[in-house]
This record gives sequence, C-alpha cells and structure tokens, in this order.
Amino acid sequence: MEIDPSQIRSILATDCGSTTTKAILIEKRGEHFRLVVRGEAPTTVEAPFEDVTRGVLNAIREVEELAGRRLLDGENILAPQRGEDGVDLYLSTSSAGGGLQMMVSGLVLQMTGESAQRAALGAGAIVMDVIALNDGRRPHEKIRRLRQLRPDMILMSGGTDGGDVRRVAEMAEILVAADPKARLGAGYQLPVIYAGNRDAAPIVTECLGARTALSIVPNLRPTLERENLGPARDGIHELFMEHVMAHAPGYKKLMTWTPVPIMPTPGAVGLIIEQVARAEKRSVVGVDIGGATTDVFSVFQHAFNRTVSANLGMSYSVSNVMAEAGIANILRWVPFAVDEVELRNRIKNKMIRPTTIPQTLEDLVIEQAIAREALRLAFDQHRALAVGLKGVQTERTISDITQQTASGSTLVNLLELGLLIGSGGVLSHAPRRVQAALMMIDAFLPEGLTELAVDSIFMAPQLGVLSTVHPEAATQVFDRDCLIRLGSVLAPIGAGRSGQPCLTVEIAAEGRPGVDRRVPFGTLTLLPLPAEGIVRLTAAPERGFDLGLGRGRALETGIRGGAVGLIVDTRGRRPFALPDDPHARIERLREWNRALDLYAREV
Amino acid sequence: MAHAYTPGLRVSDAATVRRERRLPLKGEVAAARGDAVRADQVVARCELPGEVQTVNLAARLSIDPARVPGSLLKPVGSDVTRDEPIAEGKSLFGLVKQRVTSPASGRLESVSSVTGQLILREPPIPVEINAYVDGTVHDVLPEEGVVVETRAAFLQGIFGVGGETGGDVTIAVQSPDQDLTAERLRPEHRGKVLVGGAHVSHAVLMLAREVGVAAVVVGGFDDRDLRELLGRDLGVAITGAEEIGLTLILTEGFGRIRMADRAWDLLRRFAGRRASVSGATQIRAGVMRPELLIPHGEPGRDAGAADQGLEPGSLLRVIREPHFGRIGRVTELPSELRELESGAMVRVLVVEFADDGSRAVIPRANVERIEP
Repeated sequence: MEIDPSQIRSILATDCGSTTTKAILIEKRGEHFRLVVRGEAPTTVEAPFEDVTRGVLNAIREVEELAGRRLLDGENILAPQRGEDGVDLYLSTSSAGGGLQMMVSGLVLQMTGESAQRAALGAGAIVMDVIALNDGRRPHEKIRRLRQLRPDMILMSGGTDGGDVRRVAEMAEILVAADPKARLGAGYQLPVIYAGNRDAAPIVTECLGARTALSIVPNLRPTLERENLGPARDGIHELFMEHVMAHAPGYKKLMTWTPVPIMPTPGAVGLIIEQVARAEKRSVVGVDIGGATTDVFSVFQHAFNRTVSANLGMSYSVSNVMAEAGIANILRWVPFAVDEVELRNRIKNKMIRPTTIPQTLEDLVIEQAIAREALRLAFDQHRALAVGLKGVQTERTISDITQQTASGSTLVNLLELGLLIGSGGVLSHAPRRVQAALMMIDAFLPEGLTELAVDSIFMAPQLGVLSTVHPEAATQVFDRDCLIRLGSVLAPIGAGRSGQPCLTVEIAAEGRPGVDRRVPFGTLTLLPLPAEGIVRLTAAPERGFDLGLGRGRALETGIRGGAVGLIVDTRGRRPFALPDDPHARIERLREWNRALDLYAREV
Repeated sequence: MAHAYTPGLRVSDAATVRRERRLPLKGEVAAARGDAVRADQVVARCELPGEVQTVNLAARLSIDPARVPGSLLKPVGSDVTRDEPIAEGKSLFGLVKQRVTSPASGRLESVSSVTGQLILREPPIPVEINAYVDGTVHDVLPEEGVVVETRAAFLQGIFGVGGETGGDVTIAVQSPDQDLTAERLRPEHRGKVLVGGAHVSHAVLMLAREVGVAAVVVGGFDDRDLRELLGRDLGVAITGAEEIGLTLILTEGFGRIRMADRAWDLLRRFAGRRASVSGATQIRAGVMRPELLIPHGEPGRDAGAADQGLEPGSLLRVIREPHFGRIGRVTELPSELRELESGAMVRVLVVEFADDGSRAVIPRANVERIEP
C-alpha cells in the first residue's frame, strides 16, 4: 500500500519485545511531529495466551487511557483518524519469541562466512552459529550442529561469481544430510536463502529446492574485493515476514493491521542509527543493553554494522557477564571491598529473579559495574566484526583479505567517533544522567571529542520502522522526544604521571561566564554546559597528548550543550589503566566519583 | 504495568498437573488415552537418525567426481559394514586399482557427481521417553508423545541442576534453618529425594552422590560451589541436561537461605511418599522452574498461581537485598513514585515484617507474593 506522508496526522507504533510490548502515539502538533504518550503491557506470545495481539491491544488500551482518545473499535485499530478518534498509520516491530534466530554458512570462515554473518546481523538476526568448510569441525560435526540448533532461517553463502562450484555443492550436501528443522513447528519448510556463487545456484536448487523454502538472491560477495549485503538483507526481511512471523502466534492477524511490513526490532534500530549518522554527517555508535542481549550499531566511513551479543545483558544474562568478564574485572569498578562469595551469590540471585532492581546505593554501584563490563565485551565483539570491505568497494590484494581476521582492520575508530548513544534500562533509567555518561565512557573509552546521548524511553525500534515510510516524522520525534543529549567527553590520548599538566580547556558560551581550566593528568573534571545550544570549545593538550589532531595540537570547535556537561577525562588512553593496588584503586574511584558528583553520598 | 511484582513460585498440597512427554522426532506412542502410567513406564519411542560420515571418494580414488557414482560397489541405499569395500577405481591408465572401505557400519545414503562425496549414515539411535510422573494419559499427541495428568502435591523451586529423577521424600534435618551436613547423610538415603534446610555445600553434595542420593532439595547453595559442581561458571540459566550424578533443587536462591515454611511444611507432610523431580530450569521468555511432584490422587482445592495483584494485607517475601528472604504483609501501596536510597524513582510498597513487626519501604519489583 502506498503511503502519502502529507496525509498523516497521527501514528501509532508498537514494539513487541520478549517480555514487554511497548506502544507509542505520535501526533502532528503544528509543524512538527511529537510523542504524545507511551503505554506498555506484558507480551503475550507465550502460553497461556499464545497470541501477540492480546499484548498489543493491552498496550494500545493504556495509550488510549493516557492520551484520553479512542484508538480501538473493539479489537480493531481505528484507521484513518476521524476527528479525535483513531490514527492514520499503525506500524510494528518485533523481537518476541527470541527474535530472529539464524544460522549462516560460507566456504571460508573469515571471508564469505564473515560476510554472511554481517548480512544476517545487519538484518536484525541473532546468529546462532557460522558453519564454514574451514571452521575446524569435521563434516559429521557440522551436520550434528545443524540438526541440534533449530534456526528460523539459514543464510547460505559461498564462492565468488564465476568461481568453482564444487565447494558450494559440498556445503549444500551437508545441509541436505542434516535436514534441519525450523524452530517454530515441524509443519513447515525451513526458509533458506542462497546468496553465493551464482553459477552454483542450479546445483543448490537441485539439492535444496524440494526440501526447504529456498530463495535465491544475488551473491553477497560477488568478488573478493566487494561485499553486496543489501539483497541478502532484504531477502531475510521478506522471509522473516512470510515464514517466521506468519508462524508465530497471532502474527498473521497483526500483519493485517499494518500496511508496513513488521520488522525485526534490531533491524529497525539500525535504520534509525544510519539515519542519524547521515543527518549529522559523523560517525555514530549506538548501544542497546537489555536483559538478555546487548546490541551494538555503528556507522563509520558510511558503513553500517550491527552486532548482537546474545548472552550479555543485565538480568537473564547477568551471570554470563560475570563468566565472560571475570569477577576481577567487575570488581575493579567498585569503590569498596566486596566479598567474592557474596558478590557471586548476588549476581546469581539477580539472574534467577531477573525483574528485581537495586534498592541500596551499594547495589546500584555493583549493577553499574556489571553494566560497564557487559558494554565493554559487547563493544569488543563489535570491533572484531565491523571490519573492512563493508558497503564500499575496496581494492585489496588477496593477501590483505586473508589477513582480514577478527583482530584485523576494524572500521571502528574511536578518534573519529562523533556521537555515542546509549539505550536500555541501566543507561536510560540511571538515577543520575552523569552515571549513564560515565558507564559509557568507562566501557567504550572514547578518544578525542565525543558527544554522548541516551535514548530516554527506548522508542528507537518504532522510529526505525517509521523512518521507512515517513523519515521526517521519525527524525523529528527522535530528536525532540527520544534522544537526551548528555554533553560531550574530551579524552586525550597519551599517558603520564598523576598530576602532571595535561590539558587546558576554554569554553565560551553566549550570555554565560567563560570557563578556562587547566586539567592535570589522572583526573575526571565536569564542566557545566547549557542544556541546549552550541558553545565554543578550545582544548590545548600538552606535548605528548593528542586530541586527534596530533600531539600537542589544539582543538577548536563548537559543541552542543547537554544535561550533564563536558566531562574532561585525563585518566589516560592507550593505555587506560586503573591502579593495581586495591586501596589505591578504591581511592582513585572515589576521587573521580566525587569530581562528577556521581552518587548522592560516598560509597 | 499490570504485573509490577513477581508472581510467587507455586507450592500446593493438591494440584492437577499435566506434563507433556514429547519425542525429539516423530515416532511411536506406547500408551493410549486414559491409561494409568507409572513414572518409569515408557510412553513413546523413536529412532534418531544415525551420525553421518562423509567420504571423499573422488580424492581417495584419485578420479574425477563425475566418475564417482560408477565406482560404488553397492548401490545407494545398501547397508554396509565397517571396513567393507564400498568403492573401487582405476587410475594411471588402469594400472593402479584402488579401493575404499567403509569407515563405519551404516547405509550408503547418497553420492555426488559434483563433489565426489559419499554420504554414509550410521544406524539409527533408539530413544525412549518415560511418563516421568505416576498418573493417567490425558491426551495422545499422535506420533509425538503423550500428556500425562496427575493429582499431586506440587513444589516449584527457584533454580535447579540435573535432569529428571525420582525417589521417596526423606527429611534429613530437624528444621528449615539447618544445613545439610555430612554427618546427616546415611546409607539408607540411597535413591531418596533428600530434603536439607538452609544450605548444602559442594563437599556434602559430593558425599550425597557417593551415597547414591537421587536428589537434594535445599534453601540455598553458593555460586562458588555451583562452579565446582559444573566445572565452569554457569552463564545462562538453562539447565537440566547436566550429568552430575544427582539433581539439586534450590527453593530460595543463592547463599545460605532458610527454606520457606510453606515449602518445608509441604515436604514434611509428604515425607515417605514417592516424588518425581526435575532440575530443569530456564529463565528466559517461557520461564521453566525446577519442580517436585508427589502424586497422591487426592482431591482438594487447587491453589492457583499467585497472579492476583498485591493489596494491603497480602503476604509477601522480599527477593532482593537489603531485606532478602524476609516475609511480611503489605500495609501500604502508595500510588506515587518514591525515591529509593539508590536515587531511582520507582513504585514501592510498605511492608510489616512477620519476624519483628518492623516496617520498611520496598520497591514493588523486589517482592514476590506468597499464596495464603
């Protein structure tokens, strides 16, 4: 259905998450679109309801009550808007039932395997495993794995166009032997997308055509030097709607309510992040830390990447953060002594009762320490996957590409990073905004000058899908009602002795007294900024320190105001290190916390 | 949100419980609707496809893949035994004759003229599933399994490890705040479901395993001990498949925590009766908790899950520090948000504790309702 943006006055959008369904109502007020209210209700995909629309209707009813206007006629959404009743457009995203779970395959793990993984992640999927001919597993082990995991969909890649078809056929034969079953019910064929060597398509069709719901799209790696992920991503979205969503409880009905295809939640968030990067003409990183998973999105050098760390999160996965980061890494952020046995038990108790929240300040500090480690690990994983060859044609030799390993040439350049957006309960609902800012700084260790923001109530998914039909409305609401600008962090690269001169910062804002501060090495300093508008910043590093323009070279630029201010972080980069001695470390952390007025009292 | 509090775990003297017993693949159902079944009785069976072996015949015979199908000594679909010759080829103008033998017993499933690969499938693996709990077959899922219904005392734990087992309920401590210690273990505890009190250590659990205890039910366990038990840090709470020699069910959580009176009283009342136990826990959407079922067939009021809202007078338990484990009654449910010590503004309630009559303000998210 063609949608005419000029005719739209009101928009209702829902995001069906694993636990909660969130609904937002957007209305045109004067020239601009604004968020009116937000409602939520438990998601009803699981037993006893097994119908996603129940939760959607409940969330919309809450919106009706809060907005004081009628949106439903019985169990139907009133559309288009008539007088004060109904809305002109309804949209939805979904990650309920565990989201879109995929397996991908390629011939060479580091080449087509990695490209296929990026395509699936970019489309909003969780990648359960990457199977490749050189993945170190013997054929029967690959077959066993394929059979054990019941993915929603398989993306099969492999070979460059015109290359040898035999290896692709070998992979197809492995798939046939495994005869994998779809996750949602044994009653329908597993969707498989083939995006490999076009010459092998007939063989793949012969092998898999009758046994799977096979769809053939252009090669995602047509040549070694070029990656073409768009068609595979679109293919995934199409099959997600046609096969996966259509078999999830209640989605057939939900699909009839909206003229716009239902999108996987992370796919929609990716769209809005891409749009922000385009609009602001700078590199952006977005992170969404949830209960079970943490998603990282980035746009560097116009290339979009998304990764999902399926088992890093603050409730269901909190114990896995401890397992992966190690208890010492969590404790390094805690400014008081904690008994390890006690801490372990606390973390496990959060895992088994995931909906509880910290009541004491000490409990909050520990939770925020865990969040720093979850964010750090998720970002490490992102850096490893967001590597070259993305989107743009890059001429490289074969040897360059074979060296493109997990530790290879990442696109993530912290000096280039312009805006870091945080989302998810632990960041969006931190009792003080400065706590969210410091969690992101400690986890990502931004370099040079970086602006920080949080998503106030996590409506990026709804705005992402809205951006496909009404980009103007999506951008306006994102800017005015979704994003809370916190300010910026200024962090010079370099190391020194504690207390040695490091940086001189000058801030000039119209109608406010100027700031001129000499900042020594080893400190955190908070300089207030106006809540809105642009101020002039001059930052002159001492010799040996670099803000991105070269050692000792001053930076002069305009920076946006924000709820927190400018945080000058001279704790060192490359390396950043905390004192090894526990007493010294605790003393340092307390000093930094005091400087930022991080907590209501000393902990 | 309608559910701003955690519904409590179920503890019920008499509940009608249905358990689906489903095969991993389609197979044969061995019970009919209405049949009385015992916990250890097989109710369905199937055969899992055997392991697959691939043999690169083109490479092994040094011939072109297109010639591979013609090199087979037996047609596709034939059964072969280990070390039996399966393919033959000639190379170097017919001077060198090479043979390939089968790496395993099984069936020749397919051969490819593109890759030159042979796929050999090993014999199927038989799988049987039992009824898990004494009861009757409520429903048959054609070719897939059955639903067993039982009338039983029912206790949900908060976390467990280890799979399904069963045994007579045996109380090993005098009160719910005592620990299960080594000196309380007896040889006659072999095959029993042993109820401890507030805590068990890894060392004692290992002794219980040596004795042959089927399952241990206690209030709490230390995470450090869990790591020793599993040999790794448990990252994600999906359990039930561990092979640790017994099943462990925690009724309260991690740490040393007195078993709640309601769980303790139920277990004491049913001491000596046979229980079916599962440690399987899954804390995700579609949460699954470990359980203990004591079938008795007796009628009684089904206590439903505690999913009604909280109101003044509701009995609850605090499930997070600083009052973790304490029980009390709701005295106030203020509608406005209140600031916690952490600085967060949240919905709270005021509770009066049962042990000393003191009052405290607690976030609503940090309590679970206890069924009256």
